[in-house]
Amino acid sequence: MTQTNVDISDIIAKWKPVKGSLVMMLHAIQGKCGYIPREKAMEVSEKTGIPLSKIYEVLTFYHFFKLTPPPQYQINVCTGTACYLKGAPEILAELNKLIGIKEGETTKDGKYAIAGLRCLGCCGLAPVISINGKIYGQVKASQVKGILEGLDKGEKPA
Amino acid sequence: MNEKIENIKKAFNEEMAKMKNRIIVCGGTGCVASGSMNIYKAFQEEYKKRGLDYTIEITKGCRENSTYISKSGCQGFCAQGPLVSVGDIFYTKVKVEDVPEIVEKTIMKGEVIERLIYKNPADGKTYAKRDEIPFYKKQHRILLHDSGRINPEDINEYIGHGGYQGLVKALEIGPEATIEEMKKSQLRGRGGAGFPTGMKWEFTRKSKGDEKYMICNGDEGDPGAFMDRSLLEGNPHSIVEGMIIAGFATGACKGYFYIRAEYPLAIERIQIAIDACYKTGLLGKNILGTGFNYDLEIRYGAGAFVCGEETALIASTEGLKGTPRPKPPFPAQSGLWQKPTTVNNVETLANVPYILSKGGEWYASIGEGKSRGTKVFAMTGKVKNTGLVEIPLGMTVREVAYDIGGGPTHGTEVKAVQSGGPSGGVIPPQYFDKPITYETLKEIGAIMGSGGLIVMDETDCMVDIAKFYLEFCVDESCGKCSPCRIGGYQMLKLLRKVTEGTATDKDIENIEKIAKAMQTASLCALGQTAPNPVLSTLRYFRNEYEEHIHDKKCKTGKCTKLARYEITDACKGCTLCARNCPVKAISGTVRQKHTIDQSKCIKCGLCFNQCKFKAIVRG
Repeated sequence: MTQTNVDISDIIAKWKPVKGSLVMMLHAIQGKCGYIPREKAMEVSEKTGIPLSKIYEVLTFYHFFKLTPPPQYQINVCTGTACYLKGAPEILAELNKLIGIKEGETTKDGKYAIAGLRCLGCCGLAPVISINGKIYGQVKASQVKGILEGLDKGEKPA
Repeated sequence: MNEKIENIKKAFNEEMAKMKNRIIVCGGTGCVASGSMNIYKAFQEEYKKRGLDYTIEITKGCRENSTYISKSGCQGFCAQGPLVSVGDIFYTKVKVEDVPEIVEKTIMKGEVIERLIYKNPADGKTYAKRDEIPFYKKQHRILLHDSGRINPEDINEYIGHGGYQGLVKALEIGPEATIEEMKKSQLRGRGGAGFPTGMKWEFTRKSKGDEKYMICNGDEGDPGAFMDRSLLEGNPHSIVEGMIIAGFATGACKGYFYIRAEYPLAIERIQIAIDACYKTGLLGKNILGTGFNYDLEIRYGAGAFVCGEETALIASTEGLKGTPRPKPPFPAQSGLWQKPTTVNNVETLANVPYILSKGGEWYASIGEGKSRGTKVFAMTGKVKNTGLVEIPLGMTVREVAYDIGGGPTHGTEVKAVQSGGPSGGVIPPQYFDKPITYETLKEIGAIMGSGGLIVMDETDCMVDIAKFYLEFCVDESCGKCSPCRIGGYQMLKLLRKVTEGTATDKDIENIEKIAKAMQTASLCALGQTAPNPVLSTLRYFRNEYEEHIHDKKCKTGKCTKLARYEITDACKGCTLCARNCPVKAISGTVRQKHTIDQSKCIKCGLCFNQCKFKAIVRG
């Protein structure tokens, strides 16, 4: 889904003659690429004559448009007080050891991204991480490896 | 009378009459999330397994004595889903495992399965038929009547139930008379502002311009509101018909559905409806042979709350960033591409076909004072029956929350009902017997809004709620005008001080000052109404603000920085709290009173919720 080598000329050809269709065109491109790569925004600008600044004005105004490729797995680690005390730093360290990135970073292949999160409000399950919106509670650093392997096997989080 | 429409109606009803039964599985978003589509499939498999005849589409040449297994739009009783009806028997909380039994007993023998029918939690009474359930009985369902009874993806069924008769009538009587009928109905905009729809249409009609446009505002963004989504998904043709009639009456050549991209099912259903209309000759050139030309197209929103404001919506429909502009000129004079434009809300448009086919006077006979007709509300929060309700305007808040909603969830008292979301305010109990009309709600500092209705009880902190709505507005402010951009942010900072116990009385004065500046100087309704939740909670629950400021207390524990937990002598020393405390702040020996180390406590409230002896108090 997230390649930049996809062809968007048909999308531009479809929407270019339609009045006021920039937002619709961008929706279609994001649908095909997973986000709006800069070179695609430039292609739109070249072929439609809409200044690139105007395109970015629209892209950055709306929450829906993504300018960077979404990772396959978005891992959020709760760093609220309870989770912090119960081992969030150890989980972050373990993740760093396993996939080589820190909080706020994305792996080069776009597979994983790690973010710290404010309290999720389930302190009773501390420490908590969420992957693509699914919650894992009472996670031990030693379990992280197994969770990541489970993702590849398509296991559903408990 | 239009021959083409009459023929479709007749043909559909003839085929439908061949059916022995009909099973309807709710396909609203709530029921789908609780697994209704698996039930839909399970019915078909069960029929196959038993060698029984069924159909999933009503087309020409249906077999006699078959069963029609169909999906429907949202039936509104979301808390009881997944919902399945067999004829007029109504089953709640159905599971896939129940399907064989339903076929065996209800379909084949006509027996009612007691376990699956609705049981009123208040008195234990059971109801086999939908219309007898108190939740439905007190409602007045005009817009929601067919949503939940018909297949939203079948234009023939919509026509079979009397659909597109409103359009036929409008085309017969002409644009001026159509506007007259709308004026007679006294319908007012259901997006929140309540402007008379007939008058709005007349402004556009009388505006000079070679091209005119219609826009349907489907950018429903209030947290907690889902009426428009349910209508778009449940009865898409009623809104498409409303759009065609509005286009005809205002003299528009084209209409746009502006629907948020977060509503993919609504977009899909409206597209199916539009395509079916082109095929049937209800859109395009020379509609139903009358010479009227009109096109409809969908535009997607892209996640900006401010686009619900009509001038921002117009900018976004043009493919630009959605920021509002000053009015006048009003869209009726200069809107989409500087041409006269009418912007109507989804629910407003859904009313139009019924007004045209049944008459403006009929519609005006429902309601009270200057608020006529019905209004759909999305009721959520601390009430037993959450879901979608349609009531005649003029009904009291108490009737809605208690008779239809079934009263508070946990037997606690309802503290307030919030109406109008981030632009609205709270209705305190002393006004629960006031009728719900545009005027009375405004008078008491809430607004009709688009239809979110959130019931709150003793466990909700009013300062926290006000902060939640303000955070939303600050997040969604487009940043174009400074009263909204800066005012909202500064007000939120002060409100945070209140919830953290560091505010003074002076801060409340400043909140009120900023609110006034935002209300009078903001460019659009987002900024003008953003202070409403704060002002209305200050008006009715000032004592809660004062408690936070003077006593540094939040009774509900929602403002965690102010909470303090202590263990009383009721403690039996069961050790449950100590074992579960996420930060090991509780210590003590078995069968001895425990204590909380306040320096370690993070006020998560886990011990308070878990204690079986009510030995932990929150101060």
